[in-house]
Amino acid sequence: MSMKSARRSRFLRTALGTTILACSVAGTSSAMADATITIATVNNGDMVVMQKLSSEFEKQHPDIHLRWVVLEENVLRQRVTTDIATKAGQFDIMTIGNYEVPIWAKQKWLVPMDNLPANYDVNDLLKPVAQGLTYEGKLYGLPFYAESAMTYYRTDLFKKAGLTMPASPDYDSIRGMADKLTDKAGQTYGMCLRGKPGWGENMAYVTTLVDAMGGQWFDMAWKPTINTPAWNKAITYYSDILKADGPPGISSNGFNETLALFSSGHCAMWIDSTVAAGLLYDKKQSQVSDEVGFAPMPTGTFKGGPTWLWSWNLAIPVSSKQQEAAKTFVTWATSKEYIALVARNNGWVAIPPGTRQSTYDNPEYKKVAPFAGFVLAAINSANPDGQTANPRPYTGGQFVAIPEFQGIGTQVGQTIAGVLTGQSSVAQALAAAQSATARTMRQAGYPKK
Amino acid sequence: MTDSLTKRLVIAILGWTVALLLFFPIFWMVLTSFKSETDAITARLAFAPTLAAYGEVFARANYLAFALNSVVISVGGSVLALAFAIPAAYSMAFHPTQRTRGTLLWMLSTKMLPPVGVLVPIYLLFRTTHLLDTRTGLILIYALMNLPIVVWMLFTFYKEVPHEILEAGRMDGANTWAEVWHLLMPLTLPGVASTGLLSLILCWNEAFWSLNLTSSSAAPLTTFIASFSSPEGLFFAKLSAASTMAVAPILIFGWFSQKQLVQGLTFGAVK
Repeated sequence: MSMKSARRSRFLRTALGTTILACSVAGTSSAMADATITIATVNNGDMVVMQKLSSEFEKQHPDIHLRWVVLEENVLRQRVTTDIATKAGQFDIMTIGNYEVPIWAKQKWLVPMDNLPANYDVNDLLKPVAQGLTYEGKLYGLPFYAESAMTYYRTDLFKKAGLTMPASPDYDSIRGMADKLTDKAGQTYGMCLRGKPGWGENMAYVTTLVDAMGGQWFDMAWKPTINTPAWNKAITYYSDILKADGPPGISSNGFNETLALFSSGHCAMWIDSTVAAGLLYDKKQSQVSDEVGFAPMPTGTFKGGPTWLWSWNLAIPVSSKQQEAAKTFVTWATSKEYIALVARNNGWVAIPPGTRQSTYDNPEYKKVAPFAGFVLAAINSANPDGQTANPRPYTGGQFVAIPEFQGIGTQVGQTIAGVLTGQSSVAQALAAAQSATARTMRQAGYPKK
Repeated sequence: MTDSLTKRLVIAILGWTVALLLFFPIFWMVLTSFKSETDAITARLAFAPTLAAYGEVFARANYLAFALNSVVISVGGSVLALAFAIPAAYSMAFHPTQRTRGTLLWMLSTKMLPPVGVLVPIYLLFRTTHLLDTRTGLILIYALMNLPIVVWMLFTFYKEVPHEILEAGRMDGANTWAEVWHLLMPLTLPGVASTGLLSLILCWNEAFWSLNLTSSSAAPLTTFIASFSSPEGLFFAKLSAASTMAVAPILIFGWFSQKQLVQGLTFGAVK
């Protein structure tokens, strides 16, 4: 027994000596204890590139090790929400949307991103994007990539039909063009839109359409304003154009399904996220890459209201035990240097877009991404803090930035999908949506001070 | 003669139809995994096969680490469930009390609770006991999750064993341990084996708890599959490749043990 303990203490002494030696040789950076940080992220192209290039970060910071947890968006949302609400501390960095950041910051769940290094150039972040991540004057997440929405159209089909896309289209002209472009026998549909129910699916688009038609979700007393003429006009437009000019089975089409339809040549027009531009432009993924045209989102009776703005951001939960190391990684992954690193490895077209002015000033990026100007203009005009036709008590572009909106949005989304499938009329659907939303809001204790 | 031929033909056609219907989604998944992403979104049968999706899946995630976790957790969970269920089923089958029936029904009723209902309490318990993202944690959960079904199956198998055999054993001086181990086990081995196999398959395919209670160190193949579904961009081929790789081990295992499974599941049915 004593032999054993003597051997053990000798081993410990040797190990300690070796460690001290190694630390002094390696210099100051290794003086800090090794840190392993766990990063929870969604599976999309830009995040996959980040995971691949993170070996560069580990080379620069040998004392920080990275572990990745990649999940589907809805699973990730459920997973990180459980973790952060119970303060379990399973993750050091979470990939969350601009919907969650201000809500979680208010709950004091996130670490503020202050004291950023000078070379991070925080003023280079696009204003509307940074604004969406700010709570009480402090940033609570750093944007990895951001998107707005625009109109995509097929230049060849427009030419054949003798049509020209206006520089700033409105919904009336869009409807007229969609009718002319539709050839159901030839499986070409004038207008493709999201129809799959969900707060982040059909309701993302519908919310911007309602804003454009002069409507909004709630009045200043937090009373739902769904059963109103503006909503009626918007939903009638949405269901009429899709019934007349949309593809079959529209209520099961989300972003990916519509992307597949457009890239295989079945859509003449599509209004959706700017992230589709890069995918439609990619010859490997799209059969119509040479025929894609871009235009801003159509406008309605109310112009200049809030439109679409979504960003995926890296944030640090307060339950993380490695906050310093996590911050080092977050500032690296959202920096100008990182964007340049992606450009060196995968080309400028593959960089995560939408976050920094410097990206859009870069001539090399503009050369490979002809849609860059549209994306920048769309993001800059998105204005999530802006006002609707009548004043509103909430912020957000294609969503309402309150915790209850996930549930409300999905429920109303289902009701509106019912209009597309012919289950109910517009008036019936809006009345049902109004009373369901009013009930949820009452239960949640609105109006709140 | 013709009558029996028609009957056999009808049964054969019915059997094949059901088998093909059940197999079709798996066939389609395997087929999609050999397509390119643009082919994967179409329903075309003619395409140029490629291994690109498998290449990408292998490059992005450490498949073997996930597979090892799946094996350890499924085997561990099933063995632990059997270890508790064998004595429980023995006592209920051979020494029943007035409450045995009620207890059995109550055990089964726990399966009627949707797992998400107890997510937060279990998550908090795991956090306090440091079981989050550990194999031990998942083994415990899986054993508990399968316990009602395992007890029920073993109970029905044990019920088929005549009491007289055990009585004879007792007359010869066998104690409870010898009774279970030397008499009951050999008699019901096909049943125990098929129960174990079923539990193994249930553990392997379980996704809710594995997704919620693990992050990286203990994540099994269900988490591996979930990481290939994407909100924006095409992913059908990669997701199919990941799913094929995840179901392949249990499918091969099931193929080899199907004799045991069928024998066990029909055990006692013809008596």
